Amino acid sequence: MNMPVVRSDLMETVTTKPDTAAMAKVLALTPKRPGLKTRVTAALGNVAVRVVPPLLVIAVLLAVWELFCRKAGATLPPPSRILRDTWELIADPFYDRGGLDKGLFWHLSASLHRVALGYALASIVGIALGTLVGQSVWAMRGLDPIFQVLRTVPPLAWLPLSLAAFRDGQPSAIFVIFITAIWPIIINTAVGIRNIPQDYRNVAAVLRLNPFEFFAKIMVPSAAPYIFTGLRIGIGLSWLAIVAAEMLIGGVGIGFFIWDAWNSSHISEIIVALVYVGLVGFVLDRIVAGVASIVTRGTAAN
Amino acid sequence: MIPYCKIDHVDKNFTRGTNETRVLKDITFEVTKGEYVSIIGHSGCGKSTLLNIVAGLTSPTAGGVILEGREVNEPGPDRAVVFQNHSLLPWLTVYDNVKLAVDKVFTSSKSRAERRDWTLHNLDLVQMTHARSKRPAEISGGMKQRVGIARALAMEPKLLLLDEPFGALDALTRAHLQDTVMGLHQKLGNTVMMITHDVDEAVLLSDRIIMMTNGPSAQIGEILDVPLSRPRKRLELVTNATFVKVRQRVLEFLYERHRFVEAA
Repeated sequence: MNMPVVRSDLMETVTTKPDTAAMAKVLALTPKRPGLKTRVTAALGNVAVRVVPPLLVIAVLLAVWELFCRKAGATLPPPSRILRDTWELIADPFYDRGGLDKGLFWHLSASLHRVALGYALASIVGIALGTLVGQSVWAMRGLDPIFQVLRTVPPLAWLPLSLAAFRDGQPSAIFVIFITAIWPIIINTAVGIRNIPQDYRNVAAVLRLNPFEFFAKIMVPSAAPYIFTGLRIGIGLSWLAIVAAEMLIGGVGIGFFIWDAWNSSHISEIIVALVYVGLVGFVLDRIVAGVASIVTRGTAAN
Repeated sequence: MIPYCKIDHVDKNFTRGTNETRVLKDITFEVTKGEYVSIIGHSGCGKSTLLNIVAGLTSPTAGGVILEGREVNEPGPDRAVVFQNHSLLPWLTVYDNVKLAVDKVFTSSKSRAERRDWTLHNLDLVQMTHARSKRPAEISGGMKQRVGIARALAMEPKLLLLDEPFGALDALTRAHLQDTVMGLHQKLGNTVMMITHDVDEAVLLSDRIIMMTNGPSAQIGEILDVPLSRPRKRLELVTNATFVKVRQRVLEFLYERHRFVEAA
């Protein structure tokens, strides 16, 4: 690594009258420790490359939207009116005037709370069932057909049943999240467990690992990429389901907020809420993906 | 006298549906303590199946394996295996791969510090201490196999099983690793059973060579002693009359009397 640097230093001193091409070459090779300024510029450049294109597209879309919805008789409000109508909502997400009249933060946090509970349950039960189905041929023969049928049932179809069983909105919503997120987790975990190479099983056999050690030291790390694929699909589905479920069960929550806004013809509020729903869903997905990339660091490459 | 290890009339049949294929037929031989035995044969003759039976990973249809007077019929660290494709766990570092075995085998008999030292000692035996915090993906094939050997040695096996340990390596790395294994055998006096299809490797490393006939129903064709003194030097052996004679016997067995017939 040092060689080219040394040589470039030499070139710099030897070439007393460098032509422009040689100078450019020397300059390109010389920086061994780029100054703070260059590094900051480079970092800013990287950020700009990622941020500027989507910002441009958003600006164009907003302009087109504004153009179409400005005319009298437009059914949807233009962005400028949305901003005017809902400024209070956007500016202060933390207000709380009691009842359902709360800032968006409170609605989102109520929804996230339900998702967190349902999703956590689905992860635990899903990984356990997936391990069982992946490990035991008889469990797979018995359970897999049932899973394949049940996973096609739409999330909201479970809601009346769970309302009947729990007789309360909160546990019903959590159950809907649970039942929505669990199928991809089960199925991906099972595939991951079934794909554990025979070599690793042989190593475990020679070492006489007991079932718990095998689970913790071989199974989970080996199947982790598959498990996290399932978890990532699961979190996406959970967030999809919560909005729909909350529209029906009412109470505090982003889903009911949207439904309530529709009932009181506050179309602008709906649009603001949709933006928030999208952003939160995006962040949730990124979080699971981030955890996955940390946990499965060594597993992917063999 | 009870032999150290005895492979006793082992038969192995594989059944698929109604089809039954006999892979191994009446395999019987003994291994004395400290001996280096190679099993050589053409591919498909069931030599890996035989090793798996000794390891306990496959169960024989008839017969059995007796080690120090006890029948062994399930896998265990007393018959540590060096697998052909190294089989290191990719999510663990080199050190942790060996440590996993050490922790499991010496849970109660060694303290935490002793287990750490023992792991490092075994990595040192195969000259891999320098890469102890690397993951398997970051080291070469030969290095991975070294770690595989360290892991097996660290279990202090009564019988060390090598399943074509150098098969996937290039010629130079292979020679280097053969010398390492030879040195370790000299130093530690392990009892070793190695599967190979490389004639030079078998003659160079072994005290005895067990030659297998072609499958199906592979049998022991001949058992050959290698009366070469140790330590052996690769370069000196090339012109050694005994070496040349033994090598020729094995070649004759493999390529004249039991020529590999392509299943066409």
